[in-house]
Amino acid sequence: MPKITYIEHNGKKHTIDVANGLSIMEGAIQNNIPGIDADCGGAMACATCHVYVKEEWFNNLPQKEQGEEDMLDMAFEPKKNSRLSCQILVSQELDGIIVDLPKKQT
Amino acid sequence: MINTDVVIIGAGPTGIFCAHQLGIIGLKCEIIDNLDKIGGQCIELYPDKPIYDIPAIPECTGEELTNNLIQQIKPFNFNFHLSQRVDEIKSKDGKWIIKTHKGTQMSSPNIVIAGGVGSFEPRKFTVKGCEKFEEKSIFYSIKDKEIFKNKTVAIFGGGDSALDWAIELSKNSKVILVHRRDEFRAAQSSVDKVKELNNQKKLEIFTQYQLLEVRGNASINSIEIKSESGDVKSLNVDYVLGFFGLIMNLGPILDWGLNIDKKKIPVNTKNFETNKKGIFAIGDICEYPGKLKLILSGFHEGALAARGCFKYAKPDEKLRFEFTTTSKSVKERLGIKE
Repeated sequence: MPKITYIEHNGKKHTIDVANGLSIMEGAIQNNIPGIDADCGGAMACATCHVYVKEEWFNNLPQKEQGEEDMLDMAFEPKKNSRLSCQILVSQELDGIIVDLPKKQT
Repeated sequence: MINTDVVIIGAGPTGIFCAHQLGIIGLKCEIIDNLDKIGGQCIELYPDKPIYDIPAIPECTGEELTNNLIQQIKPFNFNFHLSQRVDEIKSKDGKWIIKTHKGTQMSSPNIVIAGGVGSFEPRKFTVKGCEKFEEKSIFYSIKDKEIFKNKTVAIFGGGDSALDWAIELSKNSKVILVHRRDEFRAAQSSVDKVKELNNQKKLEIFTQYQLLEVRGNASINSIEIKSESGDVKSLNVDYVLGFFGLIMNLGPILDWGLNIDKKKIPVNTKNFETNKKGIFAIGDICEYPGKLKLILSGFHEGALAARGCFKYAKPDEKLRFEFTTTSKSVKERLGIKE
């Protein structure tokens, strides 16, 4: 299974195995990683699963859909490498991906 | 003080359908919601998006679903108390006393919490010091636009609210529109309009900038904005408006002693009662083994919770199971003449 690393805002690292096909958000929720709220449950309707994707990975991800960029306008302190983790599906190509979590989601 | 059989907190699809089920079994209810309209997440987050998994409805939008549910509970004439958040509940003489932030008070043996992920509130600026200017120099919604007349107003955001207000206020105020990226997600006509106003120097647009700092004593007199590349601009402004959509916040529900874990309320699956007698939780806010966050699950949960309310509302009566197709008393409640 691909390994995903979540880094909390305080620097605490969590590296976990997430099954192919799940989203990075679901990986966090199922493993109780603090810092991802996912209030809407993955409907791309709330911007509370916001993550910063490490640059080297960010450019290799499939493009955002229009709706995701719109939701990111509402995220907590969005940056260039912001993504909604519910929209990133885990696959073998993402083995080793690192995402930084924002200070908070709301 | 309003006396009723059940108080429903949350007017989303789950809450409305629970009201329907209460009406069917002959109970009264009052419905409270913090939004100014009925429909919950369906109406606030995805009114135009199609939903494909409502049983027997192949496709409908959040708005259509809401309108149909409102239609379905019409015969019961239940009251909605909108734009009100329940701030406090307490137990008194075997009943629950419910108080909203506007002071409305209700007494009922049952409360059904159908609060989704919490009440919708505006998403706020995250910059330090913004709180102390809130409702003085910083606003997240506009109640009286006259106060901005002949003033300088910085508007943050890229959606319809931000652009509509930028266009409106530019008539009588100096408007600076700030957005974190070049594209706006508002209606194309509004985007064209603000660009036109910008060309005519009737408003000023800064894209790829975000708020960095607010300065002032009793009120704001200047702000700093910063671009992705690190460029900082200082702007003299009188007011700052932020339009970043809504977030959901559990708020006071956290203080009611409901064993909340990860923003969810544990319930039993027999009648969806919580650890507190007479308090039920249904829809996205409840948690039990196998829980699915689907509207159809919320309908089921509401139907069972309604039956759970019956014994506290009418302790001396026995609830008889009836079908809407055949029961005379149910048809009477629905106002159907035969």
